[in-house]
Formats: sequence, C-alpha cells, structure tokens
Amino acid sequence: MLKQTEGSRAVAEAIALCRPEVICAYPITPQTHIVEGLGEMVKAGELAGCEFINVESEFAALSVAIGASAAGARTYTATSSQGLLFMAEAVYNAAGLGLPIVMTIGNRAIGAPINIWNDHSDSMSMRDAGWIQLFAETNQEALDLHIQAFRLAEELSCPVMVCMDGFILTHAYDRVDVPAQAEVDAFLPAFEPRQVLDPAEPVTIGAMVGPEAFTEVRYLAHHKQLRALALIPHLSSEFAAKFGRASGGLIRPYRTSDAETIVVALGSVIGTVKEVVDDMRGEGVAIGCVSICSFRPFPLTALREALEHAKRVIVLEKCLAVGLGGIVSDGVRKALSGVMLKGYTVIAGLGGRAITRKSLRQLFEDAGADELEQVTFLDLNADIVASELERETLSRRSGPTAEAILRRLGTVASGIG
Amino acid sequence: MSTHDTPTERPTQRQPVKFYQTGTFTVGNRLLPENVRSVQADMRRTNSLNSGHRACQGCGEALGARYAIDAAMQATRNQLIAVNATGCLEVFSTPYPETSWQIPWIHSLFGNAAAVASGVAAAMRVKGHSDVRVVAQGGDGGTTDIGFGCLSGMFERNDDVLYLCYDNEAYMNTGVQRSSATPPGARTATTPAVGRQPGNEFGTGKNVPAIAMAHRIPYVATASVANLRDLEQKVTTAMAIRGARYIHIHVPCPLGWGSAPADTIRIARLAVESGLFPLYEAHDGQVTARTPIRRRVPVDDYLKLQKRFAHLFANEAGKERIALVQAVADRNIAEFGLLAGDDAHG
Repeated sequence: MLKQTEGSRAVAEAIALCRPEVICAYPITPQTHIVEGLGEMVKAGELAGCEFINVESEFAALSVAIGASAAGARTYTATSSQGLLFMAEAVYNAAGLGLPIVMTIGNRAIGAPINIWNDHSDSMSMRDAGWIQLFAETNQEALDLHIQAFRLAEELSCPVMVCMDGFILTHAYDRVDVPAQAEVDAFLPAFEPRQVLDPAEPVTIGAMVGPEAFTEVRYLAHHKQLRALALIPHLSSEFAAKFGRASGGLIRPYRTSDAETIVVALGSVIGTVKEVVDDMRGEGVAIGCVSICSFRPFPLTALREALEHAKRVIVLEKCLAVGLGGIVSDGVRKALSGVMLKGYTVIAGLGGRAITRKSLRQLFEDAGADELEQVTFLDLNADIVASELERETLSRRSGPTAEAILRRLGTVASGIG
Repeated sequence: MSTHDTPTERPTQRQPVKFYQTGTFTVGNRLLPENVRSVQADMRRTNSLNSGHRACQGCGEALGARYAIDAAMQATRNQLIAVNATGCLEVFSTPYPETSWQIPWIHSLFGNAAAVASGVAAAMRVKGHSDVRVVAQGGDGGTTDIGFGCLSGMFERNDDVLYLCYDNEAYMNTGVQRSSATPPGARTATTPAVGRQPGNEFGTGKNVPAIAMAHRIPYVATASVANLRDLEQKVTTAMAIRGARYIHIHVPCPLGWGSAPADTIRIARLAVESGLFPLYEAHDGQVTARTPIRRRVPVDDYLKLQKRFAHLFANEAGKERIALVQAVADRNIAEFGLLAGDDAHG
C-alpha cells in the first residue's frame, strides 16, 4: 500500500510486519521515532505477541535483546551515535554469540563535540564487530532492508544492522510502498533458532574459550560473513521477484559501464550524486557512481568488477578515520589491489553538513582534472581552520576549540551548507 | 533405619530428638519427613552445577551456587534458565568445551546479567512459557559495581527474574581487587595494607540489599553459606513469587581472604554471629524476618582467621580499626534486632 509517511514510521511498520517478539527501546535522536511508533503499536494491540521493554540504557537495550534472542525470540532494537558506542561491548557480544538480532542505526555523528546530525561515524565504529551492515539509500529501501535483514540474520544466525541516515531519511516524509502482511509472511518464515535456551534441551552458551579454539570460532564468524556475500544478492533477487522492486544487494552501479570517473558512496547521499552524474553525463562527461549497500561483508569482488575499468575513483565518505583519512576508501583500495588508477578520498557531510550538488559538481570536475588532494574535506572552511590554528599559538591556555570556532562563526547554525 | 540397628549398647529409653541442636539442620534433616528435607538431601536433586568444575578448594561461591540453583530447580520443577555474569563462577564452570551446567545457561558480559535475564524472561512471557523461570547470578563486582545499572533497571521494571549475588567482597577472578562490597579495613590488591590507614577505606561501600529494598521489589533476602538450609528456603520462597527478586549471599573466598579452605563455613558463620553479615528477608521493601544471633562473637574472631585483616592485629593503630569494624557489627545488630531474646523486633 502506498503511503506518504515519515522514514521512521515506515521502518516501524516494516518491523511490525516482521512479527517481532521482543523490542527493546531506549531513546536517542534520531532513531527515537522508530521505537515510539512500535511502542504505540504494541500498546494499541496492533502488534500482538510482542513484548516492548523500556530499558535504562543502550547497553541494557542490546543486553535484553541478547537474552531474548538466545531464548528464541525474534528481537529488534534501534539506536544511534553515542548509544551505539555505549552498547559497544554488547554489540561485539551479540555477534560473537551468533544471535540474529536486527538493529536499526539512525546514523549520527559521534561527539565530542556533541552533534545530533547525520554522518556515518557511529556504525562505522562498529564495522569489525561481526554484524552485517546494510546501508539504505531511500526510505523505501530502509523499509525493504529490514524485511530482508531478519531473513538474512536468521538464515546465518548473525546480527544485522540496517543503517539509515539520521534526519535525512529518519525524519523525511516520503512515499513508501508498505507491503501486505501476507507478502512479508511469504518471504520471512517463523524464526527457527540455531541455538536456544530450553530446559528440555539444556545447552551452555557463552563459555570461556581459550587459545585452543578461539581462532576457529572467530574464523567461522568471518566465514559467515563470506556466506552473506552470496546470500545478500540472492535475497535481494528473491525480494524483487516477490515485491516487485529492487532493494538491497551488495552494490548498485549507476552509469558505470563506460565511466572514466566513478564515485563510491553509501546511504542517502547517492541520490544527490546521481543527479550530479546525470548533469555531467548530459555534458558528455564519462562519470558514474556505485552505491555500497553491504558495507559488512565488504563486497571486494563486486566492487573490483564495477570499478577496475575506470581511470579514477572518488570515495565519498561521511566518516573520518582520524589520522588516516577514509574508512570506506581502505576497503575500496583493497578491492582494487594491483589495479592502476587514481583514488581520492573525500570526507563530506560530517555532523550533518549539507552535501550540495554545487559542491559535488566542483569536486567531480576537480577530480576529473586530477587536481584533488589524496584526502579532501569537502567544503572545509580553510579560513576558520587557519585562524583557529593561529589563535592556539597566541596563548598556552587558548581554551576549548569547538567553542572558539562557534564564537567566531557567530549565529549558531547559520551556515550549515 | 538400618544404620541404627547395629549398636549393642543402645539405651532402652530414647531421648526425644532435638532438632537444631548443632545450630543447623544437619542432624535434623535425616529425621525430618521427606517433604521438608533439604534440597541437597533429596535423591532427585539436579546437581545443576555439576562436579568436575575448577573452583578453588573451599570456594564459597561454588557451594552457594550449587545450593541456590538446585533449590531453584526444585521449586520450578526443573523449568529454569540461568544467566551468568562474567566472573569466577562463569570461568571455573565453563572452560570450553566442557561445562558443569546441567541446565540451560548463558553468559554474555560482566555488567549485563540482569538485563540478559530480563530478555530471557520477556521471551518466555511472549512465547507463553510461564512455567519457565529465570535466575541471573554474578559476583559482587558484577552486581554491585559494573552490573549495577542493569540490576536497578531489572528491579524497577519488576521483571520476573531472581538475581543471586554471590558476595565474596572483592574482584577475585582478576586477582583480589576492591569492589564496592569490600569491607572497610580489608586488604585487597588495590587497597594494600600499607600507610597510616591500611586496607580499604572506612565509610565507603554500597549496601545493595537495602538498595534493592528501596526499589520496593517483592522479595529481598540475605543469606550465607554458613546456613545452607536457610539459603535453600529463601530461594524456594523467592521462586514462589513473581517479579524482581534479589538474594545477596555471603560466600567466603579462601584465596582472596587468605583463609584456610576448611574454614569457609566457619568464617561465614562468624560473619553472621558477629553481626557483620545480618541475615534477613524483606517483602515489598519491608523487613519481614531476621535470623537472630545465637551466640554473639566479637568481630576479632571473624577477622583473625583471614590474612586480609592480619594488618589490623599488627599494631595499636589496628585496634582502633577493629573497634570501627565492631561498631559496624553493633550497628547491624541494633538495626535488625539480631540478638536472641530481641524478638520484639520481629
């Protein structure tokens, strides 16, 4: 059924269609509307057979999810930013135990300085925790990916994060096609846990493991992700056949077959990138883009096939590996190991800074002329940086950095673009 | 009764059997009707924490856990799931691929046992398995320190979980470091017996049973491995109640306390009899029963059996510190009315 609705509401409805049995909720912007929506459905009796638990922290949210999932319940939670970091120990634990929990990340920056707006620093920080990470490009895809996520998680017995850009997707009202319950039921069978806490068949879960077996257990976690490389496109195809639209998969190339310049990005920004690509294509520039949907497992082979014929690759990242540059770039570089082409890392959209068509256009033109630095910060205000660096030389006690910059900028949030 | 048939000089006039004559049910148990005997005396006891684990000799935690979980198993007709915090109990019972647990058991993290248990309970509720009950268990570090947030959350939601804290008064698994349950004056690796005020600081620490009561949860109790029958009864009582329940069990640690393994029960009993570890039960936040002290002893008797307090006996300054420990015991005795004949208090 077509609806004009908020991204968070669309996700809440998708989760409800997946017949979750335990939902753990703790508020943090910008994911909160999702769990609010689900809480309302449970209270109203629209979501039968579901326990909605208000917990005291994100650490508890995922811990309750761990217990519920280990006891055989289909389990869901959502978080963002600091919340994901606060639950970090449990994030690794859920994956280590092989529990098929699905969690939405409303992607948001990590402080300090505290910032509620979108970038990908939060989920990227957990990239090696053993969760599958799928990035949604649109609200429709966010809705669809959650349905695929439960199937993927439960087939592999591996937790899945569905990452959607905070505010840009979570709070945007857009048209979405919400499937019927029968359609989802036909795609997503009842949860048959691989391991379950059951007095009729007692098992020990979470034992101490020494050097004699730890490597094998960890290898099998890696192997599970490698299997996901095959399963994710398979589920995407099956979803397309049953629901009549393409969602998910490992990567999505756009106008890349003859492209000399290819932009790689994740999440909602790909929409803006495509518009700029279309504009430049109209002017005869051989440019295309690739959207990475599956960031974990990282689709090395698929990316190599999509990129190896290009002359240059621009990786547009909404996160920063401080002291190195890009996080996604590392993976792309590995995918292109041995291939001679120019590679650029562009850090963009940190803390919600708008990524505009104008800036991207300039960026792609500079890249096309090979006039980009290896690592570029899109729309970095060089004057502010220079003046702050100079100010710090004037006094030992120069005070806090972020506040000094805000003071110089004047009106708060007057120029986020 | 065949064991009684052999003696030749059996008195013709039997004395009436005196239960409790040693202060425990040890003698009485065999003479009691089957339905009131201890769980451990029952042929059908489950040995939920089976033999062969790697606890130290004289480990109070292993003993407490065996009695508590077997009692919970009997109370739930073996429909029990256990959640374990990281710590000695988890480590000594499960070196992979062996396990001493005969029941469904999960260990997740150090600080989240109460929350994981809430999740298990929620799953049982949603699946209609109301007969399957959940216990969470951890040491004092996993309960009173790092797991405290999750514990309080489980309490305030009144989730159907019995939380068992095995309190050996320090982080023993990592090598005897201070926790918020470490008593004042005690030497640990992080409160060394040096300086003008050796050992753990006075005026610190956290009374978690009292904090549990402040949540107004249906049932809170303290117990000790010195009185295992009492521990069993408290677990049985707890399992007959729905909602959040908490039992704080005093379990001596020979390694961490510097005591003889054979003295574990003796030391635990001295803690009770000195007033340092009062035994009581509370329903809905109100104390409803306490175990009177049968033979009061000075705290010296308790302290001197443990090397962690040896520095208190080394000089005159130590005497003042012992007096402060005695004051703690005296305050407990007054607060709970623990002296025999003090029945006016309950």
